[in-house]
Amino acid sequence: MKRIFLALIGAGALVGLALVMLPQRAVDPTPQARLKQQYATKVKSSVDHSKFDQLKRPFAKPQDVTAACLSCHNGRAGEVMKSSHWTWTRTEYIEGQGIRTIGKKNALNNFCIGIEGNEQSCNKCHVGYGYGDKTFDFKNPLNIDCLACHDNSDTYLKANMGAGMPDLKVDLNQVAEHVGRPTRVNCVTCHGFGGGGNNVKHGDIEKALFEPTRDVDVHMASEGENLLCVDCHTAEKHQILGKMYSLSSMNRNRVSCETCHSEVPHKDDVLNKHMLKVACQTCHIPVYAKVNPTKLRWDWSTAGKLKDGEPYEEKDASGTDSYMSIKGSFIWGKKLKPDYVWSNGTASHYLLGDPVDPSKPLKINELHGSYNDPEAKIIPVKIHRAKQIYDTENKYLIQPKTVSTKPGDGGYWKEFNWQRASEEGMKLAGLPYSGKYGFIETEMTWPINHMVSPKSQTVSCTECHIREGGRLAELKGFYLPGRDFSSLIERLGGGMLLLTLSGVFVHGGARYWTSRKRKGGE
Amino acid sequence: MRKEYVYQAFERFWHWTQAALILFLGVTGFEIHGTFHFFGYAQAVHFHNIAAIAFLILIAFAIFWHFSTGEWRQYIPTLTNLRAQAEYYVLGIFRNSPHPLKKSVLSKLNPLQKLVYAGLKLLVIPVIALSGLLYMFYRYPQRYEVIALRIESLRTIALIHTAGAFLLVAFFIAHVYLITTGRTLTSNLKAMLTGFEELENEPNQAPEERSQP
Repeated sequence: MKRIFLALIGAGALVGLALVMLPQRAVDPTPQARLKQQYATKVKSSVDHSKFDQLKRPFAKPQDVTAACLSCHNGRAGEVMKSSHWTWTRTEYIEGQGIRTIGKKNALNNFCIGIEGNEQSCNKCHVGYGYGDKTFDFKNPLNIDCLACHDNSDTYLKANMGAGMPDLKVDLNQVAEHVGRPTRVNCVTCHGFGGGGNNVKHGDIEKALFEPTRDVDVHMASEGENLLCVDCHTAEKHQILGKMYSLSSMNRNRVSCETCHSEVPHKDDVLNKHMLKVACQTCHIPVYAKVNPTKLRWDWSTAGKLKDGEPYEEKDASGTDSYMSIKGSFIWGKKLKPDYVWSNGTASHYLLGDPVDPSKPLKINELHGSYNDPEAKIIPVKIHRAKQIYDTENKYLIQPKTVSTKPGDGGYWKEFNWQRASEEGMKLAGLPYSGKYGFIETEMTWPINHMVSPKSQTVSCTECHIREGGRLAELKGFYLPGRDFSSLIERLGGGMLLLTLSGVFVHGGARYWTSRKRKGGE
Repeated sequence: MRKEYVYQAFERFWHWTQAALILFLGVTGFEIHGTFHFFGYAQAVHFHNIAAIAFLILIAFAIFWHFSTGEWRQYIPTLTNLRAQAEYYVLGIFRNSPHPLKKSVLSKLNPLQKLVYAGLKLLVIPVIALSGLLYMFYRYPQRYEVIALRIESLRTIALIHTAGAFLLVAFFIAHVYLITTGRTLTSNLKAMLTGFEELENEPNQAPEERSQP
């Protein structure tokens, strides 16, 4: 009895020693508590803009508001005019393509395709007044729209088809007297409505972020930390941190979770080890498009059907558009599991005039990276697939003119004639059009970075570490424990175990049989 | 027949702790491998890591014990009588023949055991322990960052570790069966539990081949 007791003590000591020897980290165990404290104090301006006489004067036009702003905030105009919110273009080095300028100004996407020729409508979201065509004066500071971002009254609105001008209903004094730090509404009003409607493009930025619940976004939850977009997307001199790989190519100016949460945020080091190869978002954003659907497929080739000569729309059972004469057919999705790709922070982009190969889907943007790239991590993405128009002779995508501002200008949304829309669109874009068009499959990859879920909803181990059907089932080229194995070793090992077991049974059976025979014989 | 103290206290402690650890490492390890679900993946990884460190500490003590007592000599493989022992398992055991070799305190292992245990101690366990250490520490979280060895792929490490695990499980099955092949069905088990075993020959006598009856 004493010996068993001693043995138990020995075994206990062994396990105890093992536990002590496991790597431990001596870091602040509760960075969350510190962060919560830090963000609990909200920044409140000590300036009350409603007391300034300059802002009480009647404003004849929105540019007068800008002049009033700049009369105190001198120098700010220069900052804004350097930002990509204003220029809509950036100089980027694209691997394999060299140095190129890219931005909303010249890039194509597989939603509404591109702004050229369509500025009256698309440029509603330009942070300026009157960017209606290529002749827009980018050097005139009075064209800056300060209010789109700084309105805190929730009454500012830009007009449809107004090239960025405010809606006529807007009371400019009311807005000007209530300006401040950009709120979620300021940002999401544009960033959540790209592509012609709520949540069409991103899937993780939409109007549900105006006042999200904790389940929708654990950081921005109104009943939680209530963070604003600009708490993470910090700005210095109007240059805002953060970027989207639909338009950005280089690994710079990124917002990262690690800024607040550190490189080793977990208590469990097994989880911390993941951070070399797995982005935070991969586990902490298990689903996107949590509240409202996002567009997954856009087929332009079916556009143009008319009923009694009139365009029409069809909705599916959930109330989302499934067909629009002006745009074609759509597939939407809600509460979606992301796709996963490797990303090292760089991307390449299709620009107008680049050749296409119609035999396979064209990647309009492509994120770079692989397991063997030390900079790359697995990130969650939304993949948006489309069928869009291209020039079958010249073999490049067509920038069609979709928006129509006057009769006979070729705008597809009025005339429903691809030939005309292509002619006019390509003329404005400055590229030849052969006169022959077709439709090509295209893909865009949109990283999912927002709508971080509460800890309890984090992706669990076996959603990836599982033989079949895991989230990373499609991501090959590396060994993932629980998913991968060598079929040779499995077969040899399994065979060996089977042989051993049958050996035991045959040998044991024979021993039993011979001993019975012996006993019987005696 | 006389009762001899064959297995010392540490030896028994080492043996049974090792047995428990290997079994536990097998169950948790094959769960991590994706073969089945039992503890839950995170728990399996956590338990596997603790048991692995415990196993390494045990190995360190066992190595010290083997050398300080000179017991390591028990495991020096020999070809002498290997054939006789093999023949016993293939034929003699069914005819109720006596064991070809007498067990003694100085020679506890038969030639087949010596061969298999030496292989286990010099090859299988070092390989599985080393691959396990690499598996565990090729990325090692430090205070403010994660230090990584420049290992391009976990694949080779993982596959070697898996192969070692299959070998250990096969050994485990065969071992559990072979303990029933002692003088009686349970004599080996009792000996490893109590330390005492009834041996036929004089104490401290070198083994000799028994003449066939």
